[in-house]
Amino acid sequence: MTFPFKSGLAAAALAIAATFSAPAEAGPTLDAVRKRGEVVCGVSTGIGGFSIADSSGRWTGLTTDFCRAVSAAVLGDAAKEKFVPLSPQQRFTALQSGEIDMLTTVATWTLTRDASLGLIYAGVYFYDGQGFLVPKSLGLKSALELDGASICTATGTTSELNLADYFRANGKTFKPVVFEAQNEARAAFFSGRCQAFSADMSYLSSVRASDAPNPDEWQILPEMISKEPLGPIVARNDLDWYTAAKWVMMALIEAEEKGITAANVDQMKDSQNPEIKRLLGTAGDMGQRLGLDPGWAYRAVKRVGNYGEIFERNVGPKTPLRMERNSNALWTKGGLMYAMPVR
Amino acid sequence: MSAVAVSPVRAARGWSDPGFRALATQVIVLALLAGTIAFLATNLVGNLEARSIRTGFGFLWQAAGFEIGQSFIAWSPSASFGRALLVGLLNTLVVASLGIVLSTLAGFVVGIASLSRNPLVSPLARLYVELVRNTPLLLQLYLWYAVLTQMLPAASAAPQLLPGVYLAKSGLHFPVLQHGAGPLLAAVFAGALAFAGHGFWARRRAERTGMPARLWPGLLLLALPIAAVALEHAATISFDVPRPTRFGFSGGGMITPELTALLIGLSLYNAAFIGEILRAGILSVGRGQLEAAAALALSRGQSLRLVVIPQAMKVAVPPLASQYLNLAKNTSLAIAIGYPDLMSIGNTIINQTGQAVEVIAILMCVYLALSLAISAFMNWYNARVALKGAS
Repeated sequence: MTFPFKSGLAAAALAIAATFSAPAEAGPTLDAVRKRGEVVCGVSTGIGGFSIADSSGRWTGLTTDFCRAVSAAVLGDAAKEKFVPLSPQQRFTALQSGEIDMLTTVATWTLTRDASLGLIYAGVYFYDGQGFLVPKSLGLKSALELDGASICTATGTTSELNLADYFRANGKTFKPVVFEAQNEARAAFFSGRCQAFSADMSYLSSVRASDAPNPDEWQILPEMISKEPLGPIVARNDLDWYTAAKWVMMALIEAEEKGITAANVDQMKDSQNPEIKRLLGTAGDMGQRLGLDPGWAYRAVKRVGNYGEIFERNVGPKTPLRMERNSNALWTKGGLMYAMPVR
Repeated sequence: MSAVAVSPVRAARGWSDPGFRALATQVIVLALLAGTIAFLATNLVGNLEARSIRTGFGFLWQAAGFEIGQSFIAWSPSASFGRALLVGLLNTLVVASLGIVLSTLAGFVVGIASLSRNPLVSPLARLYVELVRNTPLLLQLYLWYAVLTQMLPAASAAPQLLPGVYLAKSGLHFPVLQHGAGPLLAAVFAGALAFAGHGFWARRRAERTGMPARLWPGLLLLALPIAAVALEHAATISFDVPRPTRFGFSGGGMITPELTALLIGLSLYNAAFIGEILRAGILSVGRGQLEAAAALALSRGQSLRLVVIPQAMKVAVPPLASQYLNLAKNTSLAIAIGYPDLMSIGNTIINQTGQAVEVIAILMCVYLALSLAISAFMNWYNARVALKGAS
């Protein structure tokens, strides 16, 4: 019964697609974005340094800046973007249903998410790991001393799984207190319900900087109990859009490597370095290969700066989050940030 | 004559036959409904496949991998997602059933107090009802949770209320029976059964012979098996007492602040509504009934208990049933204050597996079954308390 019905639907869909689709230069998402004149990005509902709305409603942060870079690369000087704040429970569904074009949240790249949710990760904008925030008054030196402790955390993240794995692997126990939202988990922790609060290190830094009654009374334990690579996510059914997003990421990293900043990108256009010329579109047809125009990478860097600038501005040592580059430094400086060749 | 017996309606065929028409309409509506559901389901499956989203219920047998804070059955992260849902269901059932009992008790107090002639009691009850009824339940849950976690002392400074009983931010810790719990539980059960049996027999005898039903033989029946088992196992009975550790307590039993806050919140919220339902029920009983009771020299308490409440229940039970349904469904707000109920665990599973459609379908079925069960029970009870043969 269902088989002929379904293939009939599929045939109809194909016929419609064949009639209406433009010459296959850009994928359907890119076309839709251009037509709309706006990139719609799903962001976390409020994490200082990563994506948070200020009092005037403007979103700032590392992940929102990536969305702006994509928007600038794709839409040109008329670049616009819309941010849709999503809870961990909503975020994947929003992308699956096509409500947003891209997810620029702090969602960890895992095999399951990459392979079975109908989504695909387009790169990594932050190498993170799960850790523990504890009051200094407990005098802890290691997470292994947390045997038997109550640990507050939020659902909808990989944190719950990592906690269980870590404590089981080390033969220790803990009592989870799991909340729907990070806010409530955080509030319960600061009220003393739990001895530790577990989340990604980036989030813990953000919480200590902006939510702790007195930031100096709290410490982040040294153990990183998991790898949490965070990156932009797009729907799996549009490879062209995926490629564009991925290469905007590469361009931001490549720009840092070549010393191109938002401030000097205009002078750099005159550079005679062939790699810089290809990246900034003064030579070659790199933009066209992506279904974009030659100025794609130039505009992205001009608007938000290179990767290093984005990092320093939002989460770096001079921000309240006080994060070092560590794994997020360029590969030439001992980090993991590495751009594939633009050629 | 036989020609008269055949009515014109019976002779009609096709659409002019109301019987056939009714049947055909039913069949068409049913077919349309089935078609719509089939279309939606096929559409869903097609879309999920086109977007390569994994489907099916196979995940229920996979290892869950996360820890659960409170469980009434054995749980470890290596158990399956299906068992995780079962843990959540039990947690929900515990809160729902305790909530129903507590809110009914509190509701009775509120309902009767609001009709009290005492100039202090009645306005206080009215104030309580208006205050609780007109603020959102979620807000009240946050309030109770904040009260419990902010006000109570840290685990390291927890006061010892009774030997082995501690109250702290981490919850109420108390000793539990370690050995001999099984026989003791059986004894309590047997005793309770004997007590109920005696009560039933005594009431029947009282109705038949007028001999007053006495309480003490029942209590004796209740106490005997328990005392016997306690003596029998006296040597082996031992308690698992909570021991203070660096981060709180290990061992013993514990009631978490999440469960307590949820229970207090749900019970007090629903007590306000139940109080109003009872007040309406009591007011619906005719004034003459009270006057008649007074004429029989019954005290106010007696006339309330023997004359008014039984009649009020007849009016109160249907709205009471819907209040119980609300309470059972509202347990899903538990997720906001960290109690691992069915909804909370379902949410975690959705996030770990990405299979929202399947998990939501399961949750809907379970909540539906729960609601139907409460509804069926209340209908049975309603039929029992309804006045039989009265006009």
